[in-house]
Amino acid sequence: MLSYAVRRLFGAIPTLLVILTITFFLVRLAPGGPFDGERTLPAEIERNLAAVYHLNEPLPMQYLRYLGQVVQGDFGPSFKYKDFSVTQLIWSGFPVSLQLGGTAMLLAVVIGTALGAFSALRQNSGLDHAVMGTAMVGIAVPNFVVAPLLTLVLGVHLGWLPTGGWGTWSQMLLPVVALALPQIAYIARMTRASMIETLRSNFIRTARAKGLPERVTILRHALKGALLPVVSYLGPATAAVITGSVVIEQIFGIPGIGRYFVQGALNRDYTLVMGVVIFYGVLIILFNLIVDLAYGLLDPRVRYD
Amino acid sequence: MASVTLSIQKTAEAASPAISPTLLSVRGLTTSFATPEGEVRAVNDVTFDLKPGETVGVVGESGSGKSQLFMSIMGLLAGNGRATGSVRFRGKEILGLPAPALNRIRGEKISMIFQDPMTSLNPYLKVSAQMVEVLRLHKGMDKAAARARAVEMLDLVRIPEARRRLDMYPHEFSGGMRQRVMIAMALLCRPDLLIADEPTTALDVTVQAAILDLMADLKREFDTSIILITHDLGVIAGLADRVMVMYAGRVIETGDVRDIFAKPGHPYTRALLRSMPRIDSDTLEELPTIPGQPPNLQHLPVGCNFQDRCLFRFDRCVVEDPALLPIDPALGLARAKACHLEHSPEAYSPEVRR
Amino acid sequence: MVLNDPLATSPASPAPIRGRSLWSDAWRRLMRNKAAVTALAVLALVVLACFAGPALIPFDLDEIFWDAIMAPPDLAAGHYFGTDTNGRDLAVRTLHGGRISLMVGLVATAVSLTIGVIYGATAGYLGGRVDSVMMRLVDVLYSLPFMFFVILLMVFFGRNIVLIFVAIGAVEWLDMARIVRGQTLSIKRKEFIEAARAGGVRPLSIIRRHIIPNTLGPVVVYMTLTVPKVILLESFLSFLGLGVQEPMTSWGVLISEGSANMESAWWMLVFPAVFLAVTLFSLNFIGDGIRDALDPKDR
Repeated sequence: MLSYAVRRLFGAIPTLLVILTITFFLVRLAPGGPFDGERTLPAEIERNLAAVYHLNEPLPMQYLRYLGQVVQGDFGPSFKYKDFSVTQLIWSGFPVSLQLGGTAMLLAVVIGTALGAFSALRQNSGLDHAVMGTAMVGIAVPNFVVAPLLTLVLGVHLGWLPTGGWGTWSQMLLPVVALALPQIAYIARMTRASMIETLRSNFIRTARAKGLPERVTILRHALKGALLPVVSYLGPATAAVITGSVVIEQIFGIPGIGRYFVQGALNRDYTLVMGVVIFYGVLIILFNLIVDLAYGLLDPRVRYD
Repeated sequence: MASVTLSIQKTAEAASPAISPTLLSVRGLTTSFATPEGEVRAVNDVTFDLKPGETVGVVGESGSGKSQLFMSIMGLLAGNGRATGSVRFRGKEILGLPAPALNRIRGEKISMIFQDPMTSLNPYLKVSAQMVEVLRLHKGMDKAAARARAVEMLDLVRIPEARRRLDMYPHEFSGGMRQRVMIAMALLCRPDLLIADEPTTALDVTVQAAILDLMADLKREFDTSIILITHDLGVIAGLADRVMVMYAGRVIETGDVRDIFAKPGHPYTRALLRSMPRIDSDTLEELPTIPGQPPNLQHLPVGCNFQDRCLFRFDRCVVEDPALLPIDPALGLARAKACHLEHSPEAYSPEVRR
Repeated sequence: MVLNDPLATSPASPAPIRGRSLWSDAWRRLMRNKAAVTALAVLALVVLACFAGPALIPFDLDEIFWDAIMAPPDLAAGHYFGTDTNGRDLAVRTLHGGRISLMVGLVATAVSLTIGVIYGATAGYLGGRVDSVMMRLVDVLYSLPFMFFVILLMVFFGRNIVLIFVAIGAVEWLDMARIVRGQTLSIKRKEFIEAARAGGVRPLSIIRRHIIPNTLGPVVVYMTLTVPKVILLESFLSFLGLGVQEPMTSWGVLISEGSANMESAWWMLVFPAVFLAVTLFSLNFIGDGIRDALDPKDR
């Protein structure tokens, strides 16, 4: 299994290279440079700036130089936040984004699986219909709608929770819930479907024929198989939560990576944007690997070879 | 072979459980499923008795209700299924019991094994876990004792290196070995009755024979009653004492296995026998098949359910549904058929319509 | 069935079962699904409102009412949904925005459908090494943080509506390609494909005439579920300020403006949000309904 993990890590290198290459050339081929927005600079200053950032070299040269830096974990200096390196910016935003995204994922998995399993066990009851109806709302209504609406009601009208900022529990609640809701909905629907399917499977019939109490049948025999699809969904879920956090951080003014990304994109801060995309790429690839390994631990039929 | 003295005795139901000669007594069992297209009656008014130690073969095509009959008895019907009638196990009514009460019987007094050993074992749990939990639940054994007993059982069903294989996962066993594990698991508590639902259908022919041999040996050893559900009369020949033939949810013929094979009373049974390959026949003629399809359970015909496929059909068959009636009055329902023909089909020369 | 079979014509035999095609069967089941039928009706209403509605409102998309800036909904003045920060009628803007959102949904889905079906069918049909290379590429693309590339595209190449179609379509084709490939792999082993190949039909024609039509079921299901995803994506981009540009508008743009002003003008958030939510809701229900109708497993 260790060798599998190592091989998977090496297998991720081409993917990362693709990400890096696409990002690099996309950014460079885009019309408009990083210093366009500000008033026209004297030609000499612009030349100096270009030299500092190696913008005067041929594109392939720049690409190789960037590649070399990134391998050493250096994303270069930010174009806009002149006193910071991109690496510094990312590391300053990451703990916040991790806290936001991690809490949301945890919430989504715990509540989603619980609701889904509950619905499956009471299939077609009023409760099942209520949960699944709500889940459909959670899927259909995007979090950039949910977040402002929640803020409008709980923050503005009722004044129970702060509408922005980061750090305290009460400040965390709204953004985390808004970010988690669609994932809760997806996971609940998925858990319900796979639980229903598992409960119909032959080995559950065997468990019942053995006279096992319903509780044991469900907890020991059904739950594990039913949760496997959820485990494999955790990869895409992470990507979705990361994407969602871009909006959520924007709405609630949370100082995470997502906000840097949007700011960087709007400001044409090349190095910052590239750094964030590559960072997220690594994160998603790593998480997918962890999910695959976890899946292998849970399903004895999976072989690593 | 068991003697054929079973009959419906009015007094049997009143008798106390301890001296009841019947192990399982089924009366008027009817099972229906609610479907979007309406109610489907999969099992229709089935009545039979089973004595301790007796082996009964239940034969029928798929859709004849033979599996659902025993799913009903075990309380394993799908959510949209409903069973009515009466099922007494050692004199005690078990049909419609709530799950907790039923669980004191299932797996301990009555065990069941299923057609597909590939999917009937939990793929996520080791064989040891799946066997040990039965003994801990029903016999209150501690883990070590339960494991020892599980190894013993695996040995008994002739799984080589039982001790080592106990801690393997089901996917590490072959199909035949998995069915052996299922059998071992079913016999852990030495049940009074083992219901085997097409235990060999999903297996290779050679493996089938080995499993049937095993079951015959275990039957001798444990003195367990066995109900063997199958669509293959050949499976029953070597194992069963009595045979119950089902068609479209009903029992259409019952009798001693030798009687049934020697002198089938119902044209359907006769056709089933004729479609069986015979070793003692040296002719190379083609095996006859039964033409047509079993009737649609939602639109059963007026009259006999088998009329569309019957070579012996006459006027009465299309207007009157034949009841299951004794062939030999002395034996009662232990030798009975649901057919309007007065004698065995062999007595007639049917107009060949093929 | 042989009609002259005496057994089949016996008086007591049941009425012969009529042949039912997959599609008519599925339609019947869909029509029995109350949630899906309701969703279909609601969606039809939304579409009708978006495309016919603006003609019934006597205001223009960018007509400014200086006397009614950020005015709440007012039936007497004819501003049923109120007005926005520039004094423009929100009802007209919401319905117009709906046109854009629905159009993006359809066109971008069509783009993803075209790419995905062609790619998937080709990979599945050719098989072997070509297939594994093509699917490996899909795997690599899958693990990319795609949303970020779309954002980059929008930022650097301008907020061009055609680009939105292309960008979103390019993101969504991956799933479609996988589904179609799987279907193709199973279909190409069927006898009628063998027959066509033996008859000398060229691969391209086989793909077009035989393979693609037979992958229709899962593709239709997936397509209905892609439309809401795409609408969501467009709204997401618009919300970030990267979607369609003035004077055009979309639900995402309106929601973005609304959430910026929700403390003083709730109607600016609520009306577009409700329209978007109801549409996505209906589309998801319809997609689920079609899937259940086409999948006879749960019959």
